Amino acid sequence: MSVTPQGSPPARSSPDGEDDTTGVGSVSSAPERADVVSSAVDAAPPPRPAGSDMFGAALGGDTSGYGGLVRKKGPGLSSERPYGGWFDEAVDALEESYRGFGDTVTRVVVDRGELTLHVRRQSVAALCRYLRDNANHRYELLLGVSGVDFPDQDERLHVVYHLLSMTYRRRLRLETTCSVEDPHVASVVGVYPTADFHERETWDMFGVQFDGHPGLTRILMPDDWDGHPQRKDYPLGGVPVEYKGAQIPPPDERRSYA
Amino acid sequence: MTTTDSPTEAYQASSRDTTEGTVYTVTGGDWDTVLGANLDEERIVVNMGPQHPSTHGVLRLVMELDGETVTSARTVIGYLHTGIEKNLEYRNWVQGVTFVTRMDYLAPIFNETAYSLAVEKLLGVEPPERATVIRVLCMELNRISSHLVAFATGGLELGALTAMTNAFRERELVLDVLEMITGLRMNHAYIRPGGVSQDLPAGAVEKIRELLEILPERFTGLDKMLTGNPIWQARTQNVAHLDVQGCLALGVTGPILRSAGLAWDLRKTDPYCGYENYDFDVAVTPDADCWGRFLVRKQELYESLKIIEQALDKLRPGPIMVADTKIAWPAQLALGSDGLGQSLDHVKKIMGTSMEALIHHFKLVTEGFRVPAGQVYVGVESPRGELGVHAVSDGGTRPYRVHVRDPSFTNLQATAAMCEGGMLSDAIAAVASIDPVMGGVDR
Repeated sequence: MSVTPQGSPPARSSPDGEDDTTGVGSVSSAPERADVVSSAVDAAPPPRPAGSDMFGAALGGDTSGYGGLVRKKGPGLSSERPYGGWFDEAVDALEESYRGFGDTVTRVVVDRGELTLHVRRQSVAALCRYLRDNANHRYELLLGVSGVDFPDQDERLHVVYHLLSMTYRRRLRLETTCSVEDPHVASVVGVYPTADFHERETWDMFGVQFDGHPGLTRILMPDDWDGHPQRKDYPLGGVPVEYKGAQIPPPDERRSYA
Repeated sequence: MTTTDSPTEAYQASSRDTTEGTVYTVTGGDWDTVLGANLDEERIVVNMGPQHPSTHGVLRLVMELDGETVTSARTVIGYLHTGIEKNLEYRNWVQGVTFVTRMDYLAPIFNETAYSLAVEKLLGVEPPERATVIRVLCMELNRISSHLVAFATGGLELGALTAMTNAFRERELVLDVLEMITGLRMNHAYIRPGGVSQDLPAGAVEKIRELLEILPERFTGLDKMLTGNPIWQARTQNVAHLDVQGCLALGVTGPILRSAGLAWDLRKTDPYCGYENYDFDVAVTPDADCWGRFLVRKQELYESLKIIEQALDKLRPGPIMVADTKIAWPAQLALGSDGLGQSLDHVKKIMGTSMEALIHHFKLVTEGFRVPAGQVYVGVESPRGELGVHAVSDGGTRPYRVHVRDPSFTNLQATAAMCEGGMLSDAIAAVASIDPVMGGVDR
């Protein structure tokens, strides 16, 4: 289970704003950012019926999403067999015919009818090439590369690839991780030229360096920009307002109705 | 005074020191030094955009020319980057709709639907039948309006000005209907996780049927204006060729892929929103050029009309939002004399009789609902290709990460393959046939 409450939420300032009625521009003593958010994708979450616990009462009353919820890191388990659908067959075929499956694929996760293979970062390109060319898989199309940042993990930067097999009409997600200190992942541009823009965007937004990319430059932000905006610890700016020197606080520090 | 003569410093300003400080004398470069070295090459670098009437929005093209032949074409994007994906992480799941609708602003309904489908998949809920039919209805109306803009701007860029005025006129008819249904011409925020924000207003069905009467003849007019037009044919046929192999390598989907002969349409191949129950054809041509893309889009206008007609027949009375009151917006909207408004009965109930309902209302509106942790990917067939939403939840009331795979972003990568080796004027036709929407490209 990936989201486990660890005791009750830490004590913090009055949640309903009793002590911040001081006027324009006052910022509630917003709780520290929830930098303890655990990996949502680490393991298949337990089946929770829709509608139950939607307000999170079981997690201790705080529902803001920023209230300092403490969650344990997921144990990083694979889903249990049988996966159901075509997943068993596809994973079996890969396991049998792909040399180095054990060294490449660390986990197999099936969740909400989607198959995710967690892959070591050096092996992504080789695996993609195999999945594209092998007659049992035929993932002709790479739909995109994007990132997710989980600041509480050692390898906090996750890179996600969405593959589509037009022959078999199957979708597959590859996921790999790297740390901020060593943010290197093998580029798949050589296998799927379409990854060019996508990897540039992931570099731009998350700071993941794709080794072997022909020209890894920023794509959405200006060339001389500092930092990688989609990382969770990227500072958010407040908007200065011309009214008695008031300043709108950054979104993660605003008062929330928790 | 010191002058600089070394070639590397040829463009630097000369300077001299005065009592007021250093004074620089800025002059132009010396043409002999600039051109002398490679006069025989005649390599010209042309920068088009980001402010240029034929670059389809704030797209910048940097092209190297040899005479009038494009030897290298690079696209520079990011001029419309607004950080929508980042912003989503600081709003609750329902508010996210208001952001994603502004991405590909010519196909807002598709953004909303893809996002809502992703949230619903995370939640594990199914929208009611009527809501799904309304979504299909709105998506196909939107597909028509989007393709009409493709003709309008594409025509404008190739000099077919009347095509522009006429296509924008027909588009306005469609937008009138969407405005009647959603309240806004664009940026609707109409499709919400769990259903749609409100039911079709009285008279909407009749108005859509009226539209179905008018549009075919309007389409025929456009068809006559462009299809048989020798200039249009000359500008589009055998221009910007990209075959199936090239499309797949570059990740290109949508009309461009179908114009290359592969009938790949998610509505048929990976149906969502009940598209498997509609009878329509996938437009496809073997041309693989601008002409083929034009024909595919033209055919899709008629196919969309067929789907709209069937959707109207499928409309049955029923709820338009999931019954689960932990997800559905608590206040039933009712149209008052001042436009949109809350239901007075609902206000009476929460203010006068039910404290529980008031609390519930407050929590849903201020915090929103929690979405179980996990990640999903949902793809829909937008007018430009596969629009995918990768949504990650950490179990909170706000998205942990939402990434939108915008088809324009990916398709733009085909610019170089389509332009290089062709004429400069054909590059305009190539970009027009890609039909990128920069709001979606840059997000």
